[in-house]
Amino acid sequence: MGSELSNPSTQRMVLASLALAVISLAAWEWGPRALGIPQFIIPPASQVWEEFLKMLTRDRLMYHTGITAMQVVVGFVLGMILGMAVGFILGMSPTAEFVLSPYILALQIAPKVAFAPLFVIWFGYTVYPKILVAILIVFFPIMINVLGAVRAIDPDIVRLARSFNASKVQIFRKIEFPASLPPFFAGLRIAATLAVIGVLVGELVGGNQGLGYLLTFGEGAGNTPMVFVTIIMLTIIGILLYGAIVLIENRVLHWLPGRARRAS
Amino acid sequence: MAQIRLECRNVAKRFGAITAVQNLNFKIADGEVVSLIGPSGCGKSTLLNMGSGLDPASEGEVLVDGEKVTKPNEHVAFMLQKDLLLPWRTIRQNVEFGLEIRGVPASERKAISLELLRKCRLPDFAENYPHQLSGGMRQRAALARTLAVDPAVLLMDEPFSALDAQTKMVLQQDLGRTLAETGKTTLFVTHDLVEAIALSDRVLVMSQRPGTIIEEIVIDIPGRENPMERRKSPKTGPYIAQLMSLLHIGEEVH
Ligand SMILES: Nc1ncnc2c1ncn2[C@@H]1O[C@H](COP(=O)(O)OP(=O)(O)O)[C@@H](O)[C@H]1O
Ligand SMILES: [Mg+2]
Repeated sequence: MGSELSNPSTQRMVLASLALAVISLAAWEWGPRALGIPQFIIPPASQVWEEFLKMLTRDRLMYHTGITAMQVVVGFVLGMILGMAVGFILGMSPTAEFVLSPYILALQIAPKVAFAPLFVIWFGYTVYPKILVAILIVFFPIMINVLGAVRAIDPDIVRLARSFNASKVQIFRKIEFPASLPPFFAGLRIAATLAVIGVLVGELVGGNQGLGYLLTFGEGAGNTPMVFVTIIMLTIIGILLYGAIVLIENRVLHWLPGRARRAS
Repeated sequence: MAQIRLECRNVAKRFGAITAVQNLNFKIADGEVVSLIGPSGCGKSTLLNMGSGLDPASEGEVLVDGEKVTKPNEHVAFMLQKDLLLPWRTIRQNVEFGLEIRGVPASERKAISLELLRKCRLPDFAENYPHQLSGGMRQRAALARTLAVDPAVLLMDEPFSALDAQTKMVLQQDLGRTLAETGKTTLFVTHDLVEAIALSDRVLVMSQRPGTIIEEIVIDIPGRENPMERRKSPKTGPYIAQLMSLLHIGEEVH
């Protein structure tokens, strides 16, 4: 990374990116006014910033952000573990996959966020319905990717391991697990953004905690800056989660063609 | 005669109604290199799979060092056309794969793998990943991995058939030398007549499916450890002609 930043062409790209940010902020601040768009439709950046400062104390913004982030992380981690486990089980057992695949397909096609009201009925206005929606929505991309990866392993590699007298556990640890990691991480990236959506929909459906609650509150009060602040906070949660995954992925998958060269 | 390492007694293999091979009978003595040649689909790979213990014979028995092969065992190792290197392991870790599975301690593994990488002329690539190597180098690494477990018998299924002609000759030369140095008993499947003649003590010729051995040709050219020279020997031409007629190569051409 350090060596990349010293590269002149990279430096130019970073500068261009920063310039774009400044221009966008300026356009947001003065553009709507120039075009005569009322502030309750698009509030200028400075007003959103002021609202953010107010919300910190008035609405306990960080508390609600923390609740949402906690639900996202818990749902994400549980959905990931579940998706990985089921992906491996189905990948290694063609019978299980044959029996279960029609149901899994049906569940995969069903819009997961539609389950939010159902979970609220079951568990009330607690954190559980939100976490459950996140688990459900995170589960599929991970499960499908891990399953596909296990299926795609060249059977001759497994035969090679068996010719060395490898046990089932050894075949899993030394072949199936590492082979599944690249698609697994690709699934994690997709799941990171989906997890935020899952939790948010859960919060929109009911409850008095989290950013989804603040979003509905701001809407009810006709407080457009508050809605903007909330959307930005949700985006930041998503970015942090996504960034953490990319960071871990770069460490774990350093051997992938293209990465090894950069590392050396 | 030297000790018999690999033997097939009346071996047959069926896949459902299809008989892939039948009436297979041959012996390979210690240190011998024997090539197996035959039309596509005649059951050469099937025979090697039975030898490695991965697939059972339907009839008869395959013996390694006098013991009936019923499952994978440490006496036999195989090598395929595909290098089967694991992309997340370095070349050294790939060479150590079999040793690791067998529970050999790390320091011992490292000593063995580095020594073999030197023998296979890859000493500078121990810590590289497979995608950083050419096809020929990858196949050398696969050979090192096969030799690392120190098998009594090597089973090779067209190991060089995916390589370009020149790389192939260099690897044949390396293999010839390595086999002579280590004295490994080898059964070598190939489509390449010259390769079979250059590398082996004997060539077994198989018929169309259901495959069986129709001819055994002893290659009486000195210097098995130097396949390049053997290729150039005046005796090679007549052997090629003999194999071509046995395999009916060129008879269909109008
Ligand atoms: N697992 C299998 N199931 C059914 N038929 C097979 C199987 N493996 C090989 N065969 C058949 O056995 C015959 C011999 O195959 P193979 O040993 O791969 O031939 P070769 O290596 O000589 O080209 C072929 O006709 C092939 O279709
Ligand atoms: Mg074959």
